Amino acid sequence: MARRRDRARGAMRSYRSQAAQRSGMHRVRAAWNRLPEPVRRFGPALLVLIVAVLYPYYLSSLPTGNVPLIYSFPSVRSGVTIIVFTMMAVGLNVVVGYCGLLDLGYVAFYAIGAYTAGWLASGQFQQVRFHFGSVGVSHSAQGIHISLWLVLIIAALVTAAGGILIGLPTLRLRGDYLAIVTLGFGEIIPQFVRNADSLHGFDLTHGTFGISPIDSPGFGNAGSHLGLPAAYSQSFSADKLFYWTAVALLLLTIVICIRLRDSRLGRAWIAIREDETAAGAMGIPLMRTKTWAYAIGAFFGGAAGAYIASFNSGAFPSQFSFNISVFLLCMVILGGMGSIWGVVIAGAILSWLNVEGLANIGTWLNDNIFPASHQIEVAKYQFGIYGVIIVLMMMFRPQGLIPEARRKREIEEGTRGSMDEPLYEMRGADEAGAGERGSAGAIPRG
Amino acid sequence: MLVFLAWLGYNLQNSPSDFFQIFLIGLTQGSVYALVALGYTLVYGILQLINFAHGDVFALTGLFASTLIVSHFDLNSGDAVTTIILGLGATFLICMTFGAIVNSSIEFLAYKRLRSAPRLAVLITAVGMSFIVQNISLAVFGVNFRSVPPLISSNDVFTIGGVHYGWEALFVVLVTAPVLAVLSWLVKSTRHGKAMRATAQDPEASAMMGINVNRTITFTFALAGALAGIGAVLFLVEFNIRYDTGFELGLIAFTAAVLGGIGNLTGAVLGAIIIGMIQAFNEGPFLWAPGSDWTRSIVFAILIAILVFRPEGLLGERTPEGG
Repeated sequence: MARRRDRARGAMRSYRSQAAQRSGMHRVRAAWNRLPEPVRRFGPALLVLIVAVLYPYYLSSLPTGNVPLIYSFPSVRSGVTIIVFTMMAVGLNVVVGYCGLLDLGYVAFYAIGAYTAGWLASGQFQQVRFHFGSVGVSHSAQGIHISLWLVLIIAALVTAAGGILIGLPTLRLRGDYLAIVTLGFGEIIPQFVRNADSLHGFDLTHGTFGISPIDSPGFGNAGSHLGLPAAYSQSFSADKLFYWTAVALLLLTIVICIRLRDSRLGRAWIAIREDETAAGAMGIPLMRTKTWAYAIGAFFGGAAGAYIASFNSGAFPSQFSFNISVFLLCMVILGGMGSIWGVVIAGAILSWLNVEGLANIGTWLNDNIFPASHQIEVAKYQFGIYGVIIVLMMMFRPQGLIPEARRKREIEEGTRGSMDEPLYEMRGADEAGAGERGSAGAIPRG
Repeated sequence: MLVFLAWLGYNLQNSPSDFFQIFLIGLTQGSVYALVALGYTLVYGILQLINFAHGDVFALTGLFASTLIVSHFDLNSGDAVTTIILGLGATFLICMTFGAIVNSSIEFLAYKRLRSAPRLAVLITAVGMSFIVQNISLAVFGVNFRSVPPLISSNDVFTIGGVHYGWEALFVVLVTAPVLAVLSWLVKSTRHGKAMRATAQDPEASAMMGINVNRTITFTFALAGALAGIGAVLFLVEFNIRYDTGFELGLIAFTAAVLGGIGNLTGAVLGAIIIGMIQAFNEGPFLWAPGSDWTRSIVFAILIAILVFRPEGLLGERTPEGG
């Protein structure tokens, strides 16, 4: 059965390549292959980077209002949120995509990061006055004010430590049990920050009001002599500064993730994803490797959370719902588990949809397509739309839009990693003689 | 655990009437959870799938029931007892059918195509379906909480030493107990039940024995949906319901199913009653009770603790995933 399918697929492939040879596509590809290797390798990424970095400059010359379908281009301010969420998706990709551990509670890391920034760079703790390299706050201000650059690193490390603490007892579990435990943590931590406004009278998180304002990053007086901004929030072009810093953070995350994937650790993750039992038998320390994946995934989630808390100048418990975990997971699935570029593109698209895209598309549709009597609220159903995306992807393209080559092969060949245990054991269904049983119509066929 | 028991004992001694009152509230609440938890456990038993959409089917059915009761049957608290009983009876029947249809169509539309897909693909699909069903509720019934007039008298059936046993609580038990008895009979003594148990054990071997595996799975989903329908009507009679009520309640019910040992029907009921008790005592008027703000945290902490220390639950069997 499998062999027959393979043969059909092979025939299909050779037919397609013949068709491609005849078309211009083939010539373009041949020209591309003649380019020097570094250009092929870094060219597209560099191009995207330049387009992204220059975005604030050419945004004003782009058309605004009533652009077909998307209505208008995202503002620089929305751009910051889009990029930070993409960064979280890349972090989640380490856990879900590389190591194959389904995490339904990534929002917990986002929350820990945001609140660490809230604790270490705001006036939350009025009882103390501690300043260390802070910018843009008066020296007499109460509370802990640490330079936000340091806070980003501290928040990332604290979150990574949180990831290890959560991971150590739970990573022994496999598959859906792990998913449920992470979901549990993803629900407990937001509820904790919501309720921890009087732990024995001590206000840790300021309850539903959240922690606000949170300091912004900057380079202080020393930096302003070098032409760098002293404090982002006091600059006239605060949004642009936050935007470029976010681009830099995302770039750093992507580079680290690519390097990690190709490292010894990364290969161990992929081995676990493909077949946990075999990986263990080959001498990969399962617990340690999985905990590393969790800690590193958490690290980026924490840094992104701290950064966006600083950008929004606040951390509020209502930001951290289960929906966000699913939303991030949706980015990873849509892009293709384990595929960095896929996740970056899907992350950018989905967070744009979330920030303003869906509302804009709704506005455009209402203005141009639907009559005034039948207006729709697209944004209201955003999570329903994500649900549809998830279900459709799982049914028709489980490898994602831009699949990682290796993951694609795994899905086609069927490996036995923790991700790939079949729901419904069909031992022998692909073996000779399976046809007789199948013809009885009793066995469901995938 | 000991601390918890000591705390319970202290409260029992301190105010016995409060204690038993809360005990009854817990029992009532637990019965509703049991009906939902059974749906999770039935589906898990047969497909090893956590049907995330189950809680949302519950909410959708509850909202549907509110429309039935308020708009179609036009029941009011002032109506004659027979009218209310007949109306509620009809609501139960219609909602059971409705829940069964919704749940089995989810199976038909989404899960059926993924029979041979990786397990986690189906789990992710279930999360997606949960969002879809939730948004269908939102689109059809809007964002507001729905409720029905108090149909069941809140008078006491009897009072023993300051402990009040109300008609509302009796109503829940009067509905739940026969349903559980019928379910138990269905699973243990009918052909369908036998097919379900066989499919849960080994789908392939059951197929070879001439059991229609697909139909059995559809039947299980329908059964789970019908139970959720009953639970939804019971919930609606006492509480408000909204499009997102199902998600949280579903997670609590799922915790109950895990606590009892997922896949085990008796375990689900036991776990649900324990969770109902924990919630009632947590929210009760006791010294050092953390209060309703913390209910979810406590329930999820229990869930995590069970999964880490005893993944097979109270009555379940050890599975390889539990490790």
